[in-house]
Amino acid sequence: MGALRLLLTALALALAAAGARAELAADAVHDLPGDPERGAGLWRLCQSCHALGEGARNRVGPHLNELFGRRAATVAGYRYSKDMRRAGADGLTWTADTLHVYLENPRSLVTGTRMAFRGIPEEADRADLIAYLRRFSASPRDIPEAAPTAPPRDPDVAPAILAIEGDPAYGEYLAGECVTCHQASGTDEGIPSITGWPERDFVTALHAYKNRHRPHPVMQLIAGNLSEEEIAALAAFFRGVD
Amino acid sequence: MRVTRRRLIGSAAAGAAALAAPAAIGAARPHVVVIGGGAGGATAARYLARDGKGAIAVTLVEPTRTYHTCFFSNLYLGGFRTLESIAHSYGRLAAMGINVVHDWAVGIDRDTRTVALAGGGSLGYDRLIVAPGIDFRWDSVPGHGIAAQNAMPHAWKAGSQTELLKAQIASMPEGGVFAMVAPPNPYRCPPGPYERVSMVAHQLSRTNPTAKIMIFDPKPKFSKQALFEEGWAAHYPGMIEWLEPDFGGRIDEVRPDAMEIVSDGEAVKVDVANVIPAQKAGRIAEIAGLADASGFCPIVPATMQSRMDPAVHVLGDATIAGDMPKSGFSANSQAKVAAMAVRAALTGSTAFPPRFSNTCWSLIATGDGVKVGARYEATEEKIAKTEGFISQTGEDAELRRQTYEESLGWYAGITADIFG
Ligand SMILES: Cc1cc2nc3c(=O)[nH]c(=O)nc-3n(C[C@H](O)[C@H](O)[C@H](O)COP(=O)(O)OP(=O)(O)OC[C@H]3O[C@@H](n4cnc5c(N)ncnc54)[C@H](O)[C@@H]3O)c2cc1C
Ligand code: HEC
Ligand code: HEC
Repeated sequence: MGALRLLLTALALALAAAGARAELAADAVHDLPGDPERGAGLWRLCQSCHALGEGARNRVGPHLNELFGRRAATVAGYRYSKDMRRAGADGLTWTADTLHVYLENPRSLVTGTRMAFRGIPEEADRADLIAYLRRFSASPRDIPEAAPTAPPRDPDVAPAILAIEGDPAYGEYLAGECVTCHQASGTDEGIPSITGWPERDFVTALHAYKNRHRPHPVMQLIAGNLSEEEIAALAAFFRGVD
Repeated sequence: MRVTRRRLIGSAAAGAAALAAPAAIGAARPHVVVIGGGAGGATAARYLARDGKGAIAVTLVEPTRTYHTCFFSNLYLGGFRTLESIAHSYGRLAAMGINVVHDWAVGIDRDTRTVALAGGGSLGYDRLIVAPGIDFRWDSVPGHGIAAQNAMPHAWKAGSQTELLKAQIASMPEGGVFAMVAPPNPYRCPPGPYERVSMVAHQLSRTNPTAKIMIFDPKPKFSKQALFEEGWAAHYPGMIEWLEPDFGGRIDEVRPDAMEIVSDGEAVKVDVANVIPAQKAGRIAEIAGLADASGFCPIVPATMQSRMDPAVHVLGDATIAGDMPKSGFSANSQAKVAAMAVRAALTGSTAFPPRFSNTCWSLIATGDGVKVGARYEATEEKIAKTEGFISQTGEDAELRRQTYEESLGWYAGITADIFG
């Protein structure tokens, strides 16, 4: 982000400071590389389902006040999908990074999420919207810049990776490791079914573990040891299992 | 990466050509004998039969008709599972063409490549897979022994021993003492004794809340210790006493007739004594000369071949598996590596690089599950750990509940993978 953009952000902040949630915004938004004013305009993408600000209630989706640092699926009185609850239990917490991933493609982070939203492809748009949402969170007071070990901001699985054609025979061999936990019959008795998925979703989900966007340690370990070719092979194999 | 893939596809094609050859000349199918139908052996038999697509004849030798998994047998003690729910039979393996022979292997002639059966028959093999699990060093606990195993059960092979232990716990007097003599390393299922204590405590806290549990331990530390100790303090305060070796844990002897455990010269009277002796590879491995001085079997990591004989593969608890713990998960993982190596050797199919992993869940109390896991690679010398993870102390209830739910999913998954 250039100096000019920073300055503009600071200006926007100063303006916002005149508003209702002045103290919050003043020291918090600093850390987020985005233009909250522009983000306010993008909020219309969410508005049909979510409420924000004073008196916000749960609607189609949960209210988004105090979102930063909030564990996923923890707003009282809201009925989340099973997968969102699983992600929350695993430790998924809303930060600028996880919001980037979720808003880019909700299902890449949470397979069975009930949020029927296509996603925001432009990173700059997401950053602006996230900066805006940040205004409605008091805590944590400081959002540290991404730690050196933090996952990359850009959640996209590169088209070149999605285009790799998997070798199902190799996938069948690799699948031996998976079916100790994921039943080959596709039954879910506590571990989700992974059979018959569209390859694209399968590849995206495994990369979300590999990149550590999804929090689960077992799957992070497993996906972390799979190459892009191997992930494609597994996707091709499991696609055909039903 | 693309190069790698092409290479793999190329070698697969070469493998297929090699496979075609013997079939074309109508040679007899190669025969693999698997000794032991547990987590390791049954998986190996199933993968050989399935992936060999009929090219390999598979015989599985297993004395019992019903295999009770040790995994989740602690949950049976805790009242979370029935005994039937951890029982498995061999019908589906037989249905896929595996010749299941319910008998004991009593000898292996490695020169003539034959296995002798207790029932009198013998089986020739091209490759042999030996997965007999563990046997006990009956002399490891003075005063104990095979004759004392009903008075002081080990329940470290699941089934009637586990039932017996459960019945003994149920008939403990009010405020009585349950004692465990924990095994020294290496042994089957490192967190198992401590999961067992948790499950016994869970059961007692409902039926006999003033009862006490004592663990006599020859080891100064144990698997997932911080997690167990945290859980015991939270769920069963004041009930469990862990005695480390220098503070009474190292015992002098047990007295099955008097139901006493003697440590530091002092006899403690107990109501139930769960004595888990030191362990070694199942006896057949020893008889066949596959074990070394440690009592376990050295293997070549990449293929699970015996270091004593390349025509024999050894799996599971019977092996010296380097950094891999003795677990059902490990045995299942090793079995797939061995099955691939055997298939490649006998039919020329592709041998992909071996992959090893393990995860062990333990249940501490209702909905309080924890896990530990790792990945491994085959080096020349051993199966070496590459990276791992473990549950953390202080995790919230939601995560622990989910970890428990996962373990249920895993049990259903692995038993389907082992027995079909
Ligand atoms: C209380 C407890 C809890 C456990 N919990 C877990 C857990 O949560 N997760 C986990 O992964 N692991 C767990 N384990 C460990 C797991 O049970 C073992 O590591 C696993 O069973 C090892 O598999 P195996 O094939 O080597 O041996 P086994 O499963 O013991 O199979 C050996 C088989 O060989 C047969 N056999 C022996 N000798 C002969 C012979 N001469 N001829 C023919 N057949 C023979 C036996 O009858 C037996 O069926 C637990 C163990 C215990 C005791
Ligand atoms: C079509 C309705 C809809 C739209 C549009 C929508 N959401 Fe959602 N959102 C939902 C639903 C439903 C959930 C609950 C998801 C679940 O349980 O799986 C949700 C969940 C969320 C969560 C997780 C909240 C929590 O408590 O864990 C966040 C964050 C979120 N939405 C942000 C947004 C943002 C930002 C936008 C706009 C870019 C947006 N959503 C657009 C319906 C929607
Ligand atoms: C040790 C058990 C275990 C093994 C082995 C395992 N998984 Fe998983 N997997 C899980 C669990 C538990 C989850 C749920 C994780 C979560 O909550 O995010 C999961 C989730 C997944 C998901 C996402 C499912 C969803 O609904 O979002 C995919 C895809 C997946 N695994 C693929 C694989 C593949 C491919 C392999 C083999 C290379 C594999 N897994 C091996 C336990 C395992």
